[in-house]
Amino acid sequence: MLNKAITDLLTKMADDELILGHRNSEWTGLGPVMEEDIAFSSMAQDKIGHSWALFRILEELPEGRPADLNAFCRPEAAFKCCHLVEYPNSGYDFSLMRHFLFDQAEAVRYESLQESSFEPLQQLSKKVKGELKYHTLHANAWILQLSKAGEESYDRMQTALNEIMALAAGIFEPARDYEQALIDEKVYPGEKELYNRWLDRIYPVLVKASLNLPDLNAIAPAYGGRTGQHTPYLGPLLKEMGEVFNLDTAANW
Amino acid sequence: MYGGGYIFEEPNNRQVREEMLHDEPEKLAAFEERIARGEKIEPGDWMPAEYRRQLIRLIEQHAHSEIIGALPEGTWITRAPGFKRKLALIAKVQDEIGHGQLLYNAAETLGKTREAMINDLLSGKSKYSNVFNYPAKTWADVTVIGFLIDAAAIVNQVANSKGSYGPYCRALERICYEESFHLKQGHDAFIELATGTPAQKEMLQDALNRWWKPIMHFFGPPDKASLHSEKLMQWKVKMASNDDMRNQFLDMYVPKIWELGLTLPDPLLRKNPETGRWEYSDPDWDEFFRVINGGGPCNEERLQVRKWAEEHGRWVRKALMKPAEKHSLPVA
Repeated sequence: MLNKAITDLLTKMADDELILGHRNSEWTGLGPVMEEDIAFSSMAQDKIGHSWALFRILEELPEGRPADLNAFCRPEAAFKCCHLVEYPNSGYDFSLMRHFLFDQAEAVRYESLQESSFEPLQQLSKKVKGELKYHTLHANAWILQLSKAGEESYDRMQTALNEIMALAAGIFEPARDYEQALIDEKVYPGEKELYNRWLDRIYPVLVKASLNLPDLNAIAPAYGGRTGQHTPYLGPLLKEMGEVFNLDTAANW
Repeated sequence: MYGGGYIFEEPNNRQVREEMLHDEPEKLAAFEERIARGEKIEPGDWMPAEYRRQLIRLIEQHAHSEIIGALPEGTWITRAPGFKRKLALIAKVQDEIGHGQLLYNAAETLGKTREAMINDLLSGKSKYSNVFNYPAKTWADVTVIGFLIDAAAIVNQVANSKGSYGPYCRALERICYEESFHLKQGHDAFIELATGTPAQKEMLQDALNRWWKPIMHFFGPPDKASLHSEKLMQWKVKMASNDDMRNQFLDMYVPKIWELGLTLPDPLLRKNPETGRWEYSDPDWDEFFRVINGGGPCNEERLQVRKWAEEHGRWVRKALMKPAEKHSLPVA
């Protein structure tokens, strides 16, 4: 039971980072300013790197599959990423707000894992901590900058926040069958606890940026991703991602 | 509307004043002596207007080539097979953007702003390397670009890094250092296909056949057709002739390609044992000029993508340009 629960936790984390890293990497060469292009691309690499590390932990578990096979040719229904990461990049406002909300959530999650009883995750979280510090600094700085730079840019930030909040709340979809076991075994503190810590983290930045947090009681979190029910955007993304690899999954590329 | 491209163009006063000076013979002699002694020219130093103009043109085109060059490979980031290739390709394309940034900065020291340069790129006034006007159709194309185009670029850039303009040389030193890693990753991915399954080999051979002509075009027209080279070589703006660089490239890489059992689509390609120089068929210079003047398979597409990026990023740049309302926080 615990093994299944750990696999579930690792898979959803790995899928989130792979898919958002993939999305963010789509900005490479197309960013609004060259310096930001470079920064965003760099963070996309970190995300994909974290995902790779998580898939390698999964590979070592009983019945684990090689990381590339697991990531590049698994059926859509077996993916456990949240809906937030699946959405197309849209504009830089959407991408940046998603980056802020997701990376703060990621930071909170990895911080909690520094206490994890599951050693591979505990070790990874210590390694990742330094990178995430810069991701959240980057996100905070841009949210503040763009929210204070005149009407158009403020409106874009607020609109993006309104649009994304329900998707972002979906990061913390409860893992009904597994969560209690993970909490009892002190693998991690559970989604509800992480959600509350995340709110504590994003709220002060949004206040500083004069952005209004949408009424949390009025939004319906976008759940379903963790049980394999995805948006129409994931299928085409996976097809594209596996296009070359699936020409011959036994070949070396 | 795209038309204007960047919106923050500043008047380019510095260059105009310099043009008005006319070249003073004593200063020119001293300038040329410095170059002959191997000294570097720095941004504040006196320089002939023509030197400045040619350098801006050269560095600007180089910068454009980096950011346009990111596009054909960039479209394969989302399709790269496996974690290793995906990460390497993002890092590589990201480096190219970084090179663009370094080079725009170097060109700015000569008095033309990045915005003005981007405007000239988008309007078609300013050129970039022809090779990026060809499509990357399969994964094998990415490996050919990463191995052979990067190799060709290194030949060119190593030569230019010994030139006379300090900021450009320093930018190139760093660029060459990074490019040598690109070459390694390109070579590694190229070899993987060359030694892979029959389908992988076939894919690679097909890509090589399609890319050979643009690669032969890479160093520019033959010396006999190249204008104005002499003065530029004396000023160490141009450091090696097109034919010499092409020959150096062929000498270094054709044997490597043949060793892998691959062929090149030129029956006349051979090294003449007597002259030590490579001989090859005429690679259709009419096509080269047609492509450089906008008639290549991807010219339109590349500029459209760049225009999309400029257009969609405009509100962000505008937001950054409001210093009065700027929010200041320590970066770290």
